[in-house]
Amino acid sequence: MTAMRFDLPQPDLETQPFWDAARDGRLLIKRCTACEQFHFYPRPFCPHCWSDAVEWVEASGRATLYTWSVVHRNDLPPFPDRVPYVAAIVDLEEGPRMMTNVVDCDFDALQVGMQLEAVFHPASDDVTIVQFRPA
Amino acid sequence: MSKFVEKSTVISGIGQSDIGRRLFRDPLELTLDACLAAIADAGLTTKDIDGVATYPGPMSVPPGFSGAGVVDVQDALRLDLGWWSGGIESPGQLGSVINACLAVAAGLANHVLCFRSVWEGSAQGTKGRASTMPGGGGGGSFRASGFMEWTLPFAAPSAAPWIALMAQRHFYEFGTTREQLGQIPINARKNAGLNPKAIYTEPMTMDDYLNVRMVSSPLSLYDCDVPCDGGTAVIVSHVDTIPDLRRPPVHVDAVGTALRGRPSWDQFDDLTTMACRDAAAQLWTRTDLTPSDVQLAEMYDGFSFIALAWLEAMGFCGHGEGGPFVEGGQNIARDGGVIPLNTHGGQLSAGRLHGYGFLHEACTQLWGEGGARQVPGNPEVGVACAGGGPLAGALLLTTHR
Repeated sequence: MTAMRFDLPQPDLETQPFWDAARDGRLLIKRCTACEQFHFYPRPFCPHCWSDAVEWVEASGRATLYTWSVVHRNDLPPFPDRVPYVAAIVDLEEGPRMMTNVVDCDFDALQVGMQLEAVFHPASDDVTIVQFRPA
Repeated sequence: MSKFVEKSTVISGIGQSDIGRRLFRDPLELTLDACLAAIADAGLTTKDIDGVATYPGPMSVPPGFSGAGVVDVQDALRLDLGWWSGGIESPGQLGSVINACLAVAAGLANHVLCFRSVWEGSAQGTKGRASTMPGGGGGGSFRASGFMEWTLPFAAPSAAPWIALMAQRHFYEFGTTREQLGQIPINARKNAGLNPKAIYTEPMTMDDYLNVRMVSSPLSLYDCDVPCDGGTAVIVSHVDTIPDLRRPPVHVDAVGTALRGRPSWDQFDDLTTMACRDAAAQLWTRTDLTPSDVQLAEMYDGFSFIALAWLEAMGFCGHGEGGPFVEGGQNIARDGGVIPLNTHGGQLSAGRLHGYGFLHEACTQLWGEGGARQVPGNPEVGVACAGGGPLAGALLLTTHR
């Protein structure tokens, strides 16, 4: 019997391209072609100017660490098998902020402002998540 | 007559059921115990109650998060209602009480019964938090859809890591330390020792705090509140009914409900603070009183850092100054502090009554009914603040107008 998993995203029509791209090793974010601003979470319209002329663009994958937490306790499957791990919020080079994990980094080496780069981690056969490691 | 209509409302009575880590009692019974106690405390009967408000309304999932909805209570007590409201989308848990103030001021009801009941302790039983984990209050669920699509895949499923991320950023920007933050749970535990209904009453030292296991850094076990069972109720009444009441009521001087940043745990513009920033700022635009007039602060501490954010937001210290302000604990001490904080033990030690416990305690103190834990000098102005992350609602309360 397969244990229940709470971590896998349940994309809708609007967000499916993000997860499809992640599986291909690309980080997509939404940009407005009218006002040229980026936004996150992805929306079918621009939250800055309300234009619906928004498009997916590939982000550079470069980011800086805004904040982090080393999670030692998480009872929700499948996370108990993963503790301790690093939950983080990063500022993408393009501007938007996203929640993610920092991997391949000693906990003691974590520092706000450190440079990071995206890595793509298969969470299941279908789903790849975007994490970050020191650049 | 002030243009701020909440000034025409009062808290006329408060009530609480038994409170315990795991009572294994019917949640509706706990709810009704609190409701009937509050009605009697006001000097009223069920026939006088013509409004009901609650947070979050009936919810079967997650188990234990809600003990009853409005209709359960209306039917159980056979109430005739001119107005009622229950729901989770509001300015924090006390948003339901503020709704009641607005309904009373609008003339839709004269005496609104407001309640919040939980049975998270029994629901979790011995199986731990995973069996029931609540959805973060802001409309989340444990399906990775909606905003959870952007948090759950990164193993950040609940308010513990979300608030930890905020605390860590506060530590970085302002130099806040765990020794400073620890004063909030230590202060809570000290006060809980004087509260016969508190869950944890054994003294806690700084060594205890610094050595307990980490949950989500920089937050440890003692930075997290304790699930429990219990119901709390308050009655919001119109000032014109004061002659009908058992004792002089607590006046609602101002409320704060604003939400100006993105309604999100991770996308808020400044993650060193929360929605409390805007709710508190709004509250101070609706009164002639200032933070220096306040003698009592009952502030949400679902996680210790939330209370620190409320202290800053309400202006008891500047933004970023919360760490030095609570350092050593003297400023927030029940006995002799600048602003006695969480005099019943907060949710950290007295149990996660989820917002309403703070209003109950503020009224208890303002009525001088705190017994062993009564703040010396009997405070006349207090605040009750509830909610974390994108949830925030606050009331400024006075003993006279």
